[in-house]
Parts: sequence; C-alpha cells; structure tokens
Amino acid sequence: MKLDDLINQTSEWLKGTGPESDIAISSRIRLARNIDGFTFVDWSDDKTKQQIIELSKEAVFSSSCMKDAFYIDMSVLSPIDKQFLIERHLISREHAIETERKAVFIGNGEIASIMVNEEDHLRLQVMQSGIALYEAWAIMTKLEKELERKMKFAFSDEWGYLTACPTNTGTGLRASVMMHLPAIVMTAQINGLIKAVSKLGLTVRGFFGEGTEAVGNFFQVSNQVTMGHGEAETIDNLTRIINQIIAQERGSRDFLREKKKDTIEDKVSRAYATLESAHIITSSETIDLLSLVRLGIGLGMVKGLNRQKLNDLFILIQPAHLQKLAGKELSPSERDIKRAELIKSRLKAGV
Amino acid sequence: MLCDICKKNEATVHLTEVVNEDVSELHICEKCARAKGASMQQHFGIAELLSGLADLPVDMVSRKSHISIKCPGCGMSYDNFKKMGRFGCAKCYDAFKRALYPLFKKIHGTSCHIGKEPMKSSSIKLNQAAKPDKASAVKDRLGGLKAKLLDAIKTEEFEQAAVLRDKIKMLEDQKNR
Repeated sequence: MKLDDLINQTSEWLKGTGPESDIAISSRIRLARNIDGFTFVDWSDDKTKQQIIELSKEAVFSSSCMKDAFYIDMSVLSPIDKQFLIERHLISREHAIETERKAVFIGNGEIASIMVNEEDHLRLQVMQSGIALYEAWAIMTKLEKELERKMKFAFSDEWGYLTACPTNTGTGLRASVMMHLPAIVMTAQINGLIKAVSKLGLTVRGFFGEGTEAVGNFFQVSNQVTMGHGEAETIDNLTRIINQIIAQERGSRDFLREKKKDTIEDKVSRAYATLESAHIITSSETIDLLSLVRLGIGLGMVKGLNRQKLNDLFILIQPAHLQKLAGKELSPSERDIKRAELIKSRLKAGV
Repeated sequence: MLCDICKKNEATVHLTEVVNEDVSELHICEKCARAKGASMQQHFGIAELLSGLADLPVDMVSRKSHISIKCPGCGMSYDNFKKMGRFGCAKCYDAFKRALYPLFKKIHGTSCHIGKEPMKSSSIKLNQAAKPDKASAVKDRLGGLKAKLLDAIKTEEFEQAAVLRDKIKMLEDQKNR
C-alpha cells in the first residue's frame, strides 16, 4: 500500500453506516501506553526511541488485527503528506512536528492506527462510524491484548497505566464522539449544553479548526478524567450523554422543520447555491456551507445527495487533500479555486 | 459580522472564553485582536498549568528544600517535572509519590485507579460489546465510589463520606438482587 492510495478510499468512520451517524458521525477510543523499562519519549535518547520503534513493529506485525498494517516512518514524509494524515485524523498535530524516530501504523479501513513515540511510546486509536464506543472498545481491547503478548506496559496498582502526562494516568483512555449539531446551535442552546456537559466530567470542543471554535457546528465530546472511573463506566457514561444530546438535536430539528421551515429552507438553499456557483472558496466557508446542506438532507429539504459522499467532501476539501488530488503543491489562493471546482463537480454528480 | 470592539471592521477573530462554566463569545477584527492580545492571556500550555498544580506539599518542601528530589530511574528532578509537566519514566511516579496524591486529586478528583489491568480479562467482554455492559459499569461505579469514600475519610469530610456510604450500599444491594 502507498500513502496516496488512501485518498481513493473512504475511512470506515466516515461511511455514515453506524447507528445515529447522521448526528453522531463517528466514535473514537484512544489509549496511551508506555512500554515498561524504557524512559518516556521526551526524556529518551535516539537509541531508546529506535528500540521502541523496533519493539512496536515486532508486536504490531505479529498481531492478527494489525498484521497487514501500513507502516509509515514520519521522518520521510513531505509536509503535505504529514498534513494529509492529520486531516484524516490518523495522527495528531504534535506527531507531525520533529518527526525523527516517530512512526505510525495504519490498519485496514483506517479503523485502527498506532502512533509511535508521540507523547507516549504508543497511542492506540480505534475509530468507528456512528455512536459505537462499545464496538470501538471491543476492537481496542483485542488489539491491546495482542500487543501485550510481545510487550509489557508500565502500570502501577495504585495509579493504573503510567503515562508521560499526569492528565492521562490511570486508564489512559480518551473516548470521544464527533457530533454534527446545527439545530442545537441555531436554537441557541449550545452554550447551555456545553455548560451542562462540562459539569458531568465531559469536554466539548470544536472538531474542525483549532481551539474552541466550532466551524460548521461540528463538535467533539470526550471524557475529561482518566483516574477513578473504569473504562466501562467512562464509556457507558459518555454513551448515555451522547444519546441525550442526539435526542436534543432531533427535537431541535423537529422544531426548526415545524416552526422555522422557511428560514431554514432559505439558508439551506442559499448554502447549496453558493457551493454550486462559487469560483473561489475557503475551507472554513465550505465547511459552514456543507454543514447547512447536511442539515438540509436531514430535514428532507435537499434531495438526491448522498450523505456518505457529502461526509467525504468535508475531508477532501482540506488543503493537503486538495493538493494530493491535484498532484502538486498549490498556493492558498490556487487551493480556493481548486476547492470550488471540486465541489461543483461533486455536487453535479450527486456528491 | 462587525467587530465587537471597533464596530467598523469585519470580525475575523472569534474567541470563546469559558470562565467558571460561563461561556462568552467575542468576535473582533484583527487590528483589535492585536491590541487586545497584549492584555490577554494567550493559550496556556499544559505544562504551565501543571506546574501551578504540582507544587509540593509544604512539609515536603520545608524538609527537603536543600536537596532536590531526583528520579533514580531516569535522573529527572522534581523541578524538571514541574517545568515540563511530563514524567521522565515510570519510576518518576515512585520518586515523586508524595507530591502526586494532591496533584492527581486536583486533576482527576481522586488519586486511585479504577479499571483495567495489564493482561487480565478486560472489564468488557468481547461478545457483549454490542450492548452496554451494565454489570461492569456498576462494578466500576462501585469502585469509584469506594475510592471517593476513602478520600473523604482521609480529608475528614464526614458528611460527604456518609452520602457516599449510602450510595455504595444502594448499589451493592442492587447488584446482589
């Protein structure tokens, strides 16, 4: 497999096949693990980091679930390739900085991936479509168990899994769900929701873009603490709250459909028309407009568009993906033109 | 959208501030953002935040102020840890043990791990994965409450301890039924 092959496939988590995936787009489980007996990454010399890479190769390639994984040495990647992996949510932004002796394994369908020598020796990730944290957890436990045949993880009875940063100590688990909540935002309930959810030990942040800004009304909801609550409790808790948020978004969509039909239909059709006719368009404008069209599909106002393919577009219109599609480097203004062309042709083809 | 401050230029910087769970939004232009930037705290690094949290308990500082605590495993000093906000190796957890109880309590609300252990059967069985596993969630919750109860007794918050004791009893009754 080559890195460029990824662009022609839809990541499993974006396929829109999972439960409630019109609102809860994808579920993600991440575990932070360190191999016992080695200093943590930031405090390690090159030799130790290299040993960690060798050990993880041996463990990953001898596992049944990741034996065909695609191994990438981060240091050989071009800036566009690194950005490409970030846009596909296969690596973190941090993993793309100072890439010497860093690596990533990518499993089939981009369901499982493992970053080596990020903040911890291993960062295991499993992504699934829809609200499917239990399914993701099941895949994760199997993967972890297989790795444990070849390596022992740093653990203390008192404090659990030992990680480089004390905010991950304990389970090392971060469970998160990516949600599309346009109706909650339009009915001005989002701040109340963020407040309420943060009281329950969860964090809400914008999914696209950096910081807290939520471009296109996409949010990521995740657990905040990793100590004092077991994995099952953490996942159960998050799943319950996500289900409530989904119900609230559905209720708000019903309200919009019944009481604000004309206003919403106007917004959705204007968004669609702009996407169909723009000659120059930035990625944040695109995400905002696609978000409205996506809502329009949910409300039955937009017909003939496929939601899965629309999901794809959110990733394809990002800078590195556009440049990969074009097969060359593009300046920001060239990208804005290329992006508009791509959207036009995709919409014409029913996305 | 016009800038909230000068009301002249287009707002291109959007800030969301969360203070004590109150969320406020500010939409400003680049010029005003630059002017405001000097007086505004930029994004805090986790290391800075942790170094504030990770101050040693007073008795530990006063007794050991002339000796710096170092991890025998990797040589990281406690000061290094405070500065970086990251441990150097697993042994640091032992070396800095006394300072970590209050630190974990501040970060996680407890200093006691509940959950999975290496190479033991996972708390969620694979064949049950499709549906929420209530039994293990209850077990986890019980463990969590017990840890909180211990914490409450240690810090002599007895009212809180009584509430926790009752909750634990209720859950245990439910489990046994």
